[in-house]
Amino acid sequence: MAKFIKFTIDGEECMAQEGKYVVDAARENGIYIPTLCNVQGIKPKGACRICSVKINGRLMTACTTPVTDGMIIENDHADIQELRKSIIELLFVEGNHLCPSCEKSGSCELQALAYRFEMMVPRFPYFFPLREIDASHPKIIKDHNRCILCKRCIRVIKDKDGKNIFAFRDRGHHTGIYIDPELADNLTDELADKAADICPVGAILKRESGFKTPIGNRKYDQEPIGADVEKINPSNGRKKS
Amino acid sequence: MNKPIVATTSLAGCFGCHMSLLDIDERILHLIDLVDFNKSPINDIKKFTKTCDIGLIEGGCCLDENVHVLQDFRKNCKILISVGECAIMGGLPAMRNGLSVKECLDEAYLNGPTVKNHNQGKVMPNDEELPVLLNKVYPCHEVVKIDYYLPGCPPRADLIWEALVALIHGNEMDLPYEVIKFD
Repeated sequence: MAKFIKFTIDGEECMAQEGKYVVDAARENGIYIPTLCNVQGIKPKGACRICSVKINGRLMTACTTPVTDGMIIENDHADIQELRKSIIELLFVEGNHLCPSCEKSGSCELQALAYRFEMMVPRFPYFFPLREIDASHPKIIKDHNRCILCKRCIRVIKDKDGKNIFAFRDRGHHTGIYIDPELADNLTDELADKAADICPVGAILKRESGFKTPIGNRKYDQEPIGADVEKINPSNGRKKS
Repeated sequence: MNKPIVATTSLAGCFGCHMSLLDIDERILHLIDLVDFNKSPINDIKKFTKTCDIGLIEGGCCLDENVHVLQDFRKNCKILISVGECAIMGGLPAMRNGLSVKECLDEAYLNGPTVKNHNQGKVMPNDEELPVLLNKVYPCHEVVKIDYYLPGCPPRADLIWEALVALIHGNEMDLPYEVIKFD
């Protein structure tokens, strides 16, 4: 039997099974910690740092840290929220995120986080890199302009033999996602859908499926990201930072 | 009290943001009571005739002429607002930003599929009257100081209206989540 432990988030008493990651434990208690690279149920990576919280006074990623008994977690604090917002802004200036022309707009997690953090304009200068679009595969298109290197596609999408379809190539500034052409040729519709869906931004697109959902019905058109988590415990409504 | 004076312009934009400003329905009658317009494509006043309170900028800076107009606005307006995605980040024109100006011009006048066999003399427009393309498209706030930003493509009419009214009355904006969008 897993042991239940107590901890606090912003002074509020919470309970969860020992060993759960802080984001998951918080979610169960109706507290939303923003994430971007994290996928529920998949081994965390801690790549994007948006889930940064202060644990016992130290800045740590909530997606990779398991909760322990008596842990004191600070989540909704002005300086932490400001740090998260600056990460989102950095992601916006680092790539070419042209929301009006993106098929994922409205259902994009990066965009939804920008809405939630009320980003009007990034405080950093735009980088405008020259990135390629790989449209050589029959089912999917990879647009590197929008890729935030969260590694979700690498970690989640495997073919029936467990082989990776996506992989990192190059290093540092030139890092990109490589798609195995042979495996991509044999990609099922189901897996192509899953790949497009797992991508938090519009970097992996399924062919012939763009703009199907009308404006107003898309994932984050009516409610901010994280609203579903906060509904579990209505007393933890979104506070204005 | 005199009515606040508003000036507007479209730099490297599509006039969609101006359309959105006109999309405020019957509130447009109210707008006339609320503000006076100076330099603006809406009334076709070409030059500033007095100092304005609010300048609405649509579009980013793609040409030297855009920079001159923007600097003129900064000089003549107390508050400048970047309206829309193009003013804020360059927008669709900024898709050329990874490429050189020569590559863009070659594609547009020499190598593009619609001009390839029709531009026999390989002519490129170079009259000195024409404004010059900048090396890349610049967001407005990278050229002059911008005071406020209204995102959207175009920003929702409600957003432009509420922002103007809030600014004129000195109130804080209180808008529902659905109104501030990037697309």
